[in-house]
Amino acid sequence: MKKISNRSTNIGEFIPQPDDAIIICRCEEITKGEIRKAVHDGMYTLTEIRRYLRTGMGLCQGQTCGKLIKGIVAKELGVSPLDLEPAAARAPMRPIEMRVLGNEGKEAE
Amino acid sequence: MKRYDLIIVGAGPAGLSAAIEAAKKGLKVIVFDENAKPGGQLFKQIHKFFGSKEHKAKIRGYKIGEELLKEASEYGVKVVLNAIVIGLYLDKEVTVKIADEIRHYKGDAVIVATGASENMVTFDGWTLPGVIGAGAAQTMMNLHSIKPGNKVLMLGSGNVGLVVSFQLLQAGCEVAALVDAAPKVGGYGVHAAKVARCGVPFYLSHTIIKAEGEECVTGVTIGQVDKEWKVIPGTEKHFDVDTICLAVGLSPMSQLLKMAGCKMTDTPTGYIPECDETGATSIPGIFVAGDVSGIEEASSAMIEGRISGVAAAEYLGFISKEETDDKVKELEKALFSLREGMFAPENRGKVLEKTEEGIEISRSLLEKGYVEEGEIERFPGVTHGKGIHPVIECTQNIPCNPCQDACPKRCIRIGNKITSLPAIDETKECIGCGMCVASCSGQAIFLVDEQYETGFASITLPYEFLPLPEPGDKGIALDRSGKKVCDAEVVDVKSAKAFDQTHLLTMKVPAEMAMKARFFCSQGV
Amino acid sequence: MRIEEHPILGKPEEKKVVGFIHDGIKLTGLEGEPIAVALEAAGVRIHRYTKKQHKPRGVFCAIGRCTDCVMVVDGKPNVRTCITPLKEGMIVQTQYGVAAMESTGEE
Repeated sequence: MKKISNRSTNIGEFIPQPDDAIIICRCEEITKGEIRKAVHDGMYTLTEIRRYLRTGMGLCQGQTCGKLIKGIVAKELGVSPLDLEPAAARAPMRPIEMRVLGNEGKEAE
Repeated sequence: MKRYDLIIVGAGPAGLSAAIEAAKKGLKVIVFDENAKPGGQLFKQIHKFFGSKEHKAKIRGYKIGEELLKEASEYGVKVVLNAIVIGLYLDKEVTVKIADEIRHYKGDAVIVATGASENMVTFDGWTLPGVIGAGAAQTMMNLHSIKPGNKVLMLGSGNVGLVVSFQLLQAGCEVAALVDAAPKVGGYGVHAAKVARCGVPFYLSHTIIKAEGEECVTGVTIGQVDKEWKVIPGTEKHFDVDTICLAVGLSPMSQLLKMAGCKMTDTPTGYIPECDETGATSIPGIFVAGDVSGIEEASSAMIEGRISGVAAAEYLGFISKEETDDKVKELEKALFSLREGMFAPENRGKVLEKTEEGIEISRSLLEKGYVEEGEIERFPGVTHGKGIHPVIECTQNIPCNPCQDACPKRCIRIGNKITSLPAIDETKECIGCGMCVASCSGQAIFLVDEQYETGFASITLPYEFLPLPEPGDKGIALDRSGKKVCDAEVVDVKSAKAFDQTHLLTMKVPAEMAMKARFFCSQGV
Repeated sequence: MRIEEHPILGKPEEKKVVGFIHDGIKLTGLEGEPIAVALEAAGVRIHRYTKKQHKPRGVFCAIGRCTDCVMVVDGKPNVRTCITPLKEGMIVQTQYGVAAMESTGEE
């Protein structure tokens, strides 16, 4: 079984690091420490991290932090970032106001 | 729901090229782009492109953009701007936000050419106003005519970091330092050399420790890193800067393809769709072109676009398989020649010791951004002819050959393989026209007359700054590292349409400086 | 600072000067340029203060992706100033969290 899908793998205790206060998700202001701690709380996938912390769910929709978070989570799990499934990609791909999203265009020209 | 033969997402170099090829074959094409202007990043590229004629070498990026737009309109390609594609689905339905509405389109084929987004690095203070992406700097100075800052520190020595550093200098900004955590310069040596000789210090194996300032960037501290990328205590250096520019690579913007259900693969250089040589993904009728399928540069993106445009035409039955194969083969030849040399995709991450010609690579170029005087003589473009002659300081195998065609006297020889180092044919006589100097996209060619006057040599160099010096101006000559080596006097400044904004500045320096002095500076540095 | 003349691109295209209000102060910019460019020309670099940590933010990507440069424009919050064209008479306000005025009742 892959280490990332085996929840019983011992990844050790959460050990504070000097750069834990650095902001990673700029929109939702989530720090590196919060992300690392979430992994120790059992959030092994990027989707779980997203739902747990709201990383990448702010205004920019993870444009900047996606790759950074992947690296941090992978390091915490002791795996390669390539082993982590990227977070789901779904519509709308860009931030959009609800009133626009709900405004179906008439017959497109 | 409106139907089109082909829907293209992204009106950058790849998307526009694809649209042009497909439209040529009779397809009804529509291109969506989320930006207010088409052309993608091409209009921010003010340097001359590399490659050979077929790749539009020695033409500045923004002019290539203008040509592409003209070609697209000639073939009736419809480009819809401010149109944000928010969804792409398995059956090739595309949802687009236009103005305040969501519209649905159906493409018989779809080409995704969404390009790339910038990677970022984190450090203490990286969210402060004044820390910006290199793309932001380019956008501000080259599209909106505003300096992104007055004093800038650049992080990243890849081609983007090097090119943008030079552009910052051209815009009138001061570049305090160019920093990279890697031990070696990542981009083309010629790009590094033109930045270094302007006096920008390179700090390889260094990283940003902290962006300083309460409300905005007022300074930055960098430090040297060891092999484990840890900062070595005591190596900290401080710079007063108001802007920190990050150029730490690009990632493919491939989310739409993942959403559509294309088979994806994660690679160290990004999350990309699996595709064949025509850009066909695992979903029949969905193609990719350009950086979204793996980071390269605009020249290859344009060829990939043309290939996928042709492939889409064949997929829909507009052209025969034979016609497609011929066209694709021809385009692939052009594409492969760009992927050769030291910076070829298969050489990424490798440490090359020698050029294809077996010449030892300049270590100084990789570590400090310029070729040391002691190293330069071993390259075939550097000779000591009588009278005026070109000195070509092109020391890496990069895909580029305009200098060979530029010389009316055939003094410069590269041969058929465009990555070969240019060599001087000493049997041919240089007439000092300077066409080679102006045509060199890497600004690596100088005309040197070692016996210009008794005791003096003349050096003609490419000059792309303002104010333009005038004959009679006195200043100082800088060496390849940007250090003052002697006083210099401008004896000639040539500007011509054929030089395309590259002015040829000739300065007079003491004879012993002929192989040292490489840049002119009006004021003290 | 604006670039008066560029060695490659020459002189910038001439645009109409328009007035706009930034946090109650009248500034001028060029019609149609991004609001963020007009602000940079006027020396304004702070576009907003974040909701949680109240930290300043400004232009970061300049192409409408990162959303760090958002401000309250004509009363509407979260407007990406790096891609929104400047118009005569616009009212541009520093954004605190998601509003124009610093909220006091929070936390």
